Amino acid sequence: MTVAAQPALTIDALGKKCPIPIIMLAEQINFVPLNAVVAVLADDPAAFTDVPAWCRLKSHPHVGTYELPGGGWAIHVRRNY
Amino acid sequence: MDAGWADPARLYGQARRAHLLLEQARTEVAEALGARPDEVSFTSSGTQAVHLGVLGTLHGRRRAGRHLVTSAVEHSSVLHAAAVHEGEDGTVSTVGVDLAGRVDLAAFGAAVAMEGTALACLQTANHEVGTLQPVERAAAICREHGVPLLVDAAQSAGRLPIPQGWSVLTASAHKWGGPAGVGVLAVRKGTRFRSFLPEDERERRRVPGFENVPAVVAAAAALVAVKEEAERDNARLSALVDVIRERVPQVVPDVEVIGDPVDRAPHIVTFSCLYVDGEALLTELDKAGFAVSSGSSCTASTLRPSHVLEAMGVLTHGNVRVSLPRGASAAEVDRFLTVLPDVVRRIRQDAGVA
Repeated sequence: MTVAAQPALTIDALGKKCPIPIIMLAEQINFVPLNAVVAVLADDPAAFTDVPAWCRLKSHPHVGTYELPGGGWAIHVRRNY
Repeated sequence: MDAGWADPARLYGQARRAHLLLEQARTEVAEALGARPDEVSFTSSGTQAVHLGVLGTLHGRRRAGRHLVTSAVEHSSVLHAAAVHEGEDGTVSTVGVDLAGRVDLAAFGAAVAMEGTALACLQTANHEVGTLQPVERAAAICREHGVPLLVDAAQSAGRLPIPQGWSVLTASAHKWGGPAGVGVLAVRKGTRFRSFLPEDERERRRVPGFENVPAVVAAAAALVAVKEEAERDNARLSALVDVIRERVPQVVPDVEVIGDPVDRAPHIVTFSCLYVDGEALLTELDKAGFAVSSGSSCTASTLRPSHVLEAMGVLTHGNVRVSLPRGASAAEVDRFLTVLPDVVRRIRQDAGVA
């Protein structure tokens, strides 16, 4: 967690089923400046695969996925354009 | 089927007749799959063939070791058998795949080379995305290390030639257009195999219980018929899959077509639509008359996304798998491609995606 850049925005999608976390990410990534990091908090197992897959499809770098102490993950995405 | 009702293990006239029918079917299936008749046993499903094949080979080879190798995208029957093995203090290496779903052959080889490997498993074609696996190259690696290879041919038997080099082969009759309730377990001469179930004389001690002779006869007839037409059918279905692969991204925005575009089963195509709930998509397509499947978590009884899509690292939501039946026509594919964009647009609209 220490190497992770401080997110400019945290999206709380805990308890939300896919595709809702991805929809929230797609809507809100434009709220942060270029090269800033968005953290998606999600605990739907599908999000673990789907957020990085969205990053690949949309050409935004997937910075990393970090386990949350209470279950789920913080999935960090850097805005690329 | 009036002739096959009797028990082939008995000696009265009708029973002898059933026995002859069963052995005739065995010979036909063996020939179609490139096996010897005495290598072929009939099971009650493809899943049962895999369970018995995996656990029976591991049991037969328990002195060689307790290590099992599989790919991450095998059918759940393989992975569930592997879990049983693990639960009995066996070890399992699950080898990853690339973005197309093809097993990492170098990692597979390294796992096979491990001390105490008793069995390796690899499918011919993936059941969700259609990608063909490098079975003959995997078989060469296994042979080099003296490890038997179980090949799950459920997706390709009857449609594509069986790859060379298998030690244990499994297949499912309903996948080639035969009846449900018949699977095939073939064990190559010289492969150590010992059923882990209570002793039973049937099917060369590999499968317990009275064979369903009428269904086996129908399965063999279907296999012979399908094989005869495979080349023509494959070319036709594969061309329709190419149309779907090419046109879906043109008519639906934000969609990813999954699996190998060329090295694939002729009849399977899978794609995922961003921002779409897979269950809603299936329901709407069903209303429009299309019976498709999905690897999305909301459509699975387990509420977990497909282990195949996860292992590939592709979108698991909004997933649609189209498996073209032999009679599929260009007109039906056209209608699917006409209906799909509106269905996806409506679901996205309802979810608040512009």
